[in-house]
Amino acid sequence: MADIYHEIPPRFQVEIDREKCRLCERCTVNCTYDVHSFQGERIVTRSENCVACQRCATMCPQGAISILPGKISFAPHYTYSERIRRIIYEQASTGGVMLAGSGTDLPYRVIFDDLLLDAAQVTNPSIDPLRETVETVTYLGRKPDRMFVTEGDGKLTVSRGADYPNVQLSTPIVVGHMSLGSISYNACVAILRAAKEVGTMVGTGEGGLHPDFYEYADVINSEVASGRFGIEPRYLKEIAALEIKIGQGAKPGHGGHLPGEKVDALISETRMIPKGTDALSPYPHHDIYSIEDLAQLIGALKEASRYRVPVGVKIAAVHNSAPIASGIARAGADFITLDGLRGGTGAAPRIIRDHAGIPVELAVAAVDRRLREEGIRHLVSIVAGGSIRYAADLVKVLALGADAAMVGQSVLIAMGCRACQMCHLGNCSWGIATQRPDLTRRLDVDIAAQRLANVFHAWTEELREILGALGIDSVESLVGNRDRLRYVGPNPKVAEVLGVKHAGEPWSD
Amino acid sequence: MNGLSYRGTWDKPATPPGRLERIGEACGIAALVNLDGRPESGARIGKMIRTMVDRENGLGAGYAAYGLFPERADLYCLQMLFDDRGALERAREFLGKKFRLDADEEIATYPVATLLGKPPICWRFFVAPPKEAEGQEDDYVMAQVFRLNAELAGAFVMSSGKDMAVFKGNGWSHEIFDFYGIGDYEAPLWLAHSRFPTNSPGWWGGAHPFNILGLSIIHNGEITSYGTNRRFVEMWGYRCTLLTDSEVIAYSLDLLLRQQRLPELVACAALAPPYHFLIDEMENGGARELLREIRVNYRPAMLNGPFSVAVATNYEAPTLLGMTDRKKLRPLVAATSADGNTVFLSSEECAIAILGEDATEAWAPHAGKPVIAGVGRGLVRRGTEDYFEGLEIEFANP
Repeated sequence: MADIYHEIPPRFQVEIDREKCRLCERCTVNCTYDVHSFQGERIVTRSENCVACQRCATMCPQGAISILPGKISFAPHYTYSERIRRIIYEQASTGGVMLAGSGTDLPYRVIFDDLLLDAAQVTNPSIDPLRETVETVTYLGRKPDRMFVTEGDGKLTVSRGADYPNVQLSTPIVVGHMSLGSISYNACVAILRAAKEVGTMVGTGEGGLHPDFYEYADVINSEVASGRFGIEPRYLKEIAALEIKIGQGAKPGHGGHLPGEKVDALISETRMIPKGTDALSPYPHHDIYSIEDLAQLIGALKEASRYRVPVGVKIAAVHNSAPIASGIARAGADFITLDGLRGGTGAAPRIIRDHAGIPVELAVAAVDRRLREEGIRHLVSIVAGGSIRYAADLVKVLALGADAAMVGQSVLIAMGCRACQMCHLGNCSWGIATQRPDLTRRLDVDIAAQRLANVFHAWTEELREILGALGIDSVESLVGNRDRLRYVGPNPKVAEVLGVKHAGEPWSD
Repeated sequence: MNGLSYRGTWDKPATPPGRLERIGEACGIAALVNLDGRPESGARIGKMIRTMVDRENGLGAGYAAYGLFPERADLYCLQMLFDDRGALERAREFLGKKFRLDADEEIATYPVATLLGKPPICWRFFVAPPKEAEGQEDDYVMAQVFRLNAELAGAFVMSSGKDMAVFKGNGWSHEIFDFYGIGDYEAPLWLAHSRFPTNSPGWWGGAHPFNILGLSIIHNGEITSYGTNRRFVEMWGYRCTLLTDSEVIAYSLDLLLRQQRLPELVACAALAPPYHFLIDEMENGGARELLREIRVNYRPAMLNGPFSVAVATNYEAPTLLGMTDRKKLRPLVAATSADGNTVFLSSEECAIAILGEDATEAWAPHAGKPVIAGVGRGLVRRGTEDYFEGLEIEFANP
């Protein structure tokens, strides 16, 4: 078939300052998108290939490279915006479903930014976390309805029912599921190392566990997804928690997408599939077509792990999340992860990434309320993710009802990700979302691990600072404490769903 | 403070004004219990609370007496306030339908010239739950009290326990003392509370002690975890209608002590648990394990922010329990009398000192540690012991 590719104006304009350029060709080596090449006596740029990953500009020893917005204007049109026109041009060229990486870039309102925090004044003292203890320890897992303790004859007798395995986190931040495959071996190791230093938990994604990673087993949350890739006995037994993945915020209703090109020897070994085959996990679990099927899988995993670790269920935040979460709690899950509309992905159909699901703020508030109304909130911990960007979002999502926040994109950004959203291409020039050996070695594990640990420490300190200002000395007293939030956004209905008062209204019902 | 503080000029209703807001407040608390059960008049408790004048601004005070009606100790005493006669009659009709009405009487009151506005009608009913409620009398009474307070316009139940009563209203502690003639009552256990709320429209029922069944609480502080605690107790069927910290603490304690029958030390550890690092540093053993379980399992029950409370219960014997938050951001002083028979609690030592020779030994209970003293039980805890000190801890696994 004849090439029907149609020239599309470049999104970015790459310019080289010829005065500064010394023709060292470092840009040509660093660019993974075929922008820079050395031809004869000068560097030639193909701006139409640029994704603004900034690798060339960062690595240029002369600072000679500029990456600017595309210089060819699109005639203004609100309805047929530049974005829409580009999508149609690309589909006209390829005829395919468009893939995308990262989370949606559409300007859905970030409700976190419409929420303000309270602070203690006069009638209660604020607490200085540098002088006083302010605790961030969090336990994820099912809690019993109540305890049974009796007193008599100088003795306290504690009667226990079933075991309630909980996983202890030093801070209410967990790393979401980013598989080996979606990100590189080095990136995985850096995350695991940082999590171990900080004392929190990391999701495996649906990629199995590389044998080297068992060194970090006590911070690992093994994911059981619909493709069941990489599941072996130790994957279920030697870890800190198990999580059944039903859905993902970036692609509710979809499975996994790992193209065969990325399935090299390393991935093949870890996922336990032949080299070069596509790893496409089914949309639903083919043994879960109802809530009772889910209950059976939860039960099976608890059996397999000898009831030693909590078993969670991750769902995408969708319209009916609250009743679904109630069902999951009753099906025996120990924690529920809600992944919001703005959640990230290594690869997803863009149409789903950009248009399905609901913001995590609303989902958390709705689920927390529903579980309380049904008197079963203690049966599950709630983990919320999908655009927890920084400590402010962390604090707010806890106050809305989450026990812990799940982070992904920020973890990658901490390690050097420029959020160019091209993860699905596998050419990540920073060595994060790629399997190409020449690229993965660009990520220095020690530096990446330290940078990530720094971010977690910083967030935890900021969480302490905010707790102190709220007059709260332990994070559990923030969880679900919506009274300490106020809404300043444009839509009172949002505040109503969140169960948050408008700014200016005092404490009251 | 002094008598010039702004108290408004309008009548203060018995029942909440139309729009209720949760408010912060500072307060004075005082309590005493005679360990041998000897009743004493309200004179000493009145003296204690009235001396702490800086802690009130004339917008609410109250008293609770335990062991007050020994001759009717098996009946629930509903001590009520009414805005008008109509409300009284409606309540009488309601109670007649829901209970066996054993006796009722007007609560003695005395004119106090300085009290603002017309005081409410004060009435008490001695009731017994019907046969259908057998085995669940407490829950039945509590449900009716919730209904009365929520649905019966112009009526408010001040207290609903057996062999005890709460006397409270909108005024200075000395005015409420005189209004009810607290000095005329005799009881072995007393609570007294004075208030410095940070809002102005007071109402009689909004004063403290706050009571539910046999549990009364006086409280000084502002719970920063209110939203979390409130959602926790509401999950267990309580309805927070007054939006006060005392209410949510009272329901938490009712849940832990009465419904779940947890030992006092366990309930107190749930409300003011030790820091994780302190638990980690403890010697490996039962106490450490139990504390950790309490912390994990009762996370949302933990009270955060500054508070000191005194709680009276009469589940078995009239018992006084006092404690503070785990940073001790609000004061609490304890003392015993020279003969060791009376245990005192108060916000300030002056309240104990003013009793002169009666209070010889005063001490500061440690942050978050309970003082427990009961009629016939003695001084069980001074609030200076380690957690579960002196108790063996046994885990019985099924």
